[in-house]
Amino acid sequence: MTTQTAPPEAPTKPERRKLDENALRNLGLVGVLILLIIVGIITKPDLYSDPTWVKNNFLTILQQASAIGVVTVGMTFVIIGGGIDLSVGAIVAIAGVWSTTLATQSYGAGGMIFTAIIVGTVVGLINGVLIAYGKLVSFIATLAMMVAARGLAAQISGKQTQISTNSTINDIASTRPLGIPLLVWILAVVVIAGWVLLNRTTFGRRTVAVGGNPEAARLAGINVKRHTMLLFALSGLCCGIAAIMLTSQATSAQAAMANLYELDAIAAAIIGGTLLSGGRGTIVGALFGVLVFSTITNLFAINNLPTEVQNMVKGGIIVAAVLIQQFRFQSLTQLFKR
Amino acid sequence: MTIPTPRDGHAPADPPPTTASSATAESAPPAETMTRSDTTENGGLALKTGGDVPAPPAGDDGGDGPGDVVLRLTDVVKTFPGVRALDGVQLEVRAGEVHCLLGQNGAGKSTLIKTLAGVHHADGGEITWLGQPFAPATPQAAMRAGIATIYQELDLVDDLSVAENAFLGHEDTRFGFTRRRSTAQKTREILSRLGHPEIPPRTAVRDLPAAGKQIVSMARALSHDAKLIVMDEPSAVLAHDEVENLFRIIQGLTSQGIAVIYISHRLEEIREIGDRVTVLKDGRTTAANLPARTTPTRDLVSRMTGRTIEYVFPPRRPAEKREPLLVVEGLSRKGEFADASLTVAPGEIVGIAGLVGSGRSELLETIFGARRADSGTVTLDGQRITGVGRAVRKGMGMAPEERKSQALLLDEPIYKNMTLASFSGFAKVGFTDAGGERKAAEKTADLLELRPRDVTRPVRTLSGGNQQKVVVGRWLLDDTKLLLLDEPTRGVDVGARAELYQVIQDLAERGVGVLLVSSEVPEVLGLADRVLVMREGRIIREAPAPEIDEDTVLDLVMSGSLTTESILEGEPA
Ligand SMILES: Nc1ncnc2c1ncn2[C@@H]1O[C@H](COP(=O)(O)OP(=O)(O)OP(=O)(O)O)[C@@H](O)[C@H]1O
Ligand SMILES: [Mg+2]
Repeated sequence: MTTQTAPPEAPTKPERRKLDENALRNLGLVGVLILLIIVGIITKPDLYSDPTWVKNNFLTILQQASAIGVVTVGMTFVIIGGGIDLSVGAIVAIAGVWSTTLATQSYGAGGMIFTAIIVGTVVGLINGVLIAYGKLVSFIATLAMMVAARGLAAQISGKQTQISTNSTINDIASTRPLGIPLLVWILAVVVIAGWVLLNRTTFGRRTVAVGGNPEAARLAGINVKRHTMLLFALSGLCCGIAAIMLTSQATSAQAAMANLYELDAIAAAIIGGTLLSGGRGTIVGALFGVLVFSTITNLFAINNLPTEVQNMVKGGIIVAAVLIQQFRFQSLTQLFKR
Repeated sequence: MTIPTPRDGHAPADPPPTTASSATAESAPPAETMTRSDTTENGGLALKTGGDVPAPPAGDDGGDGPGDVVLRLTDVVKTFPGVRALDGVQLEVRAGEVHCLLGQNGAGKSTLIKTLAGVHHADGGEITWLGQPFAPATPQAAMRAGIATIYQELDLVDDLSVAENAFLGHEDTRFGFTRRRSTAQKTREILSRLGHPEIPPRTAVRDLPAAGKQIVSMARALSHDAKLIVMDEPSAVLAHDEVENLFRIIQGLTSQGIAVIYISHRLEEIREIGDRVTVLKDGRTTAANLPARTTPTRDLVSRMTGRTIEYVFPPRRPAEKREPLLVVEGLSRKGEFADASLTVAPGEIVGIAGLVGSGRSELLETIFGARRADSGTVTLDGQRITGVGRAVRKGMGMAPEERKSQALLLDEPIYKNMTLASFSGFAKVGFTDAGGERKAAEKTADLLELRPRDVTRPVRTLSGGNQQKVVVGRWLLDDTKLLLLDEPTRGVDVGARAELYQVIQDLAERGVGVLLVSSEVPEVLGLADRVLVMREGRIIREAPAPEIDEDTVLDLVMSGSLTTESILEGEPA
């Protein structure tokens, strides 16, 4: 006779619950987006009655989300891997400035793009080496890098705004393949690549392991140090891409560009469900986080409201999102555990 | 897969004929043993010639003759700052054998196997693996060489799925992309081999109970193509029938010529599954290659501890009738347990027996207020308990099952961990009193034979069993009225276990009520005044301990055709 002796868990049920948790959060963020749009319709009914304006405004929101969205994808990886990167804004600035010096511009668009990406990646790599092999806490190492990289950017640019005279670069922001801005296409590609990397590759799986339980990751034979280093390099790479995108939008670069991007990126990742302690997070959630912020910015712009109020609302949204998450987290896993 | 009937299921209670009865053991041929002095003089030599020594080929009573020597350690040394964890270890493992490592908490067993696994690096001595000198630089190197390890502490990533954990570090990929379907398929096969086809490979490990996680750790070891599998206290979190299952798997492995190093503090397990035993004490091999089945328990224990320990329970006091201290009425949580009612009087020890997964731990945590009950009440001294904070203030203490995630601040010193629940009692006008805390912690450390006894060390550097002592010790300091103990002796060695039993009994004598959960039925029966038997989320039997015996409990626990599934779905049992 075959007896069933106490299976440790009922099949499939927990899996469903986990899926629900992520889906629920994303649904919540979509709800917030819809709510913001409704607020827009109520406050500016005349604008919303014009379908062309609505379409263009929608594309504007996406375009504004594009550079910060790319940075957020990198940030999400770093946070899932158990770190934090405070230097992203500064890396964008140094990459932007370096790629728009007269010398670099003389190599043409290819040289500028190459420079931005290499500078971003190398600065990220320096972060990674300091953190993984120098055993610095990522908060400290990237804080130092934030200050130093902006300083270097100011040094290189002589505190001047560097105009990009390269038409190929400047055209990136205005090209619209299939009616959608190229910048939005770039964001889409980065998000999809990020999603695949996180969910479908060894690299992504190891990122979760390194952030969630570094000891277990080490015992499983993962080179935790090298992986940590690569995560910061990845974040730097995303910053390099974003630098080109911003440069093209402004047709210039300066040491103060991408100001406070680190805060926006962290906030977007967090309200998208990435755990600051590492080991958990989603790319899609982070994307929604970015969209919520750029929709708010847009809402304030079309209503001609001051940015101070906007920042207050942003802060409120971050707190509310984290509170909601904590509440759900606690009711799920209970006070006593973890 | 056929799972044995309950009768076969508890074979250890019913030892096979080869197990030492005292008389046969006494007349058994002398084993190849060493004292400290000959370890240094010719221990290594004796071991090297071990294969040719006409001494009785150990493990022969296991059936198959032992294979070639695959692993040999000679005078291996490993030091940590301030501790010589390994101080000249000799070990010889043959293909197809189950080689048991015995030793007290802190003897160096885990350090030894981590040295084999490439986690630690030996400071001295020699390791040969398959005839070649061996010094794995990383865990990956050891795995590639064919050594897979199941670590003492569960080492899984909560947010990855079962399949992802099983193949972590050696993922099945094509061009860097994970092959999820084939990984899930392979995991399913391994899980079936392990007798757990019902665990879905894509479930997050977070959602599995402790026993399920242990299965995943095992699946990970089996996912390697290993020639040696090292298991560090794999049975500590397993219920009785799971252990049987584990033994069946081990037998399957050894019959393929795979060698197994097995660590456990349960001597009866070593008798059942082991071929040869090596004993460690204070980082040295004090006896090597003893026959597992025939060496008398007394010998083993004295080689481990340097003294003889009566492995018995303190005598039971006559239970006196008193007003209940804890009253639990109709407590339910959907999918975990239903309609649980029980009482604990001051000075009474109540034991809960049941399989892992029967809802015991969940019940305990709910009583403590760490989980919210769907219905029912918990009262302590006539006052309702609704949350952990209140429970602790009213004098409840709990030593949870998963010490690493639930109970310890690993990087804090021992004394701070011990006084975690009571440090405000030491505080003077709001300032903590480290000196007082340290002294109190030292007293507990003595009581529980903590090794090393230095209470300023971070808990992380303690051996597994000693960490467990810290968890239990925390509540001994306080004016606890009711103590909830979930597997208090998990991973605790024979000697310290006897001490711990005495401590629990002394607490009860002082009037503390104790509610105890243990997978080891003899422990529940030996310690408790009253026994509750849980099955599939329900308390199915309550009896004074003298009126119930091990066989009855095991039959109750395992009989019945209901599956846990039905209770998890919340259907009436
Ligand atoms: N990382 C570390 N740093 C410092 N000391 C350590 C470290 N790991 C272990 N030790 C010490 O080494 C000694 C041996 O520990 P080990 O974990 O090997 O014991 P064990 O035999 O496995 O005990 P148990 O039965 O309790 O698991 C102990 O004294 C322990 O405190
Ligand atoms: Mg150990």
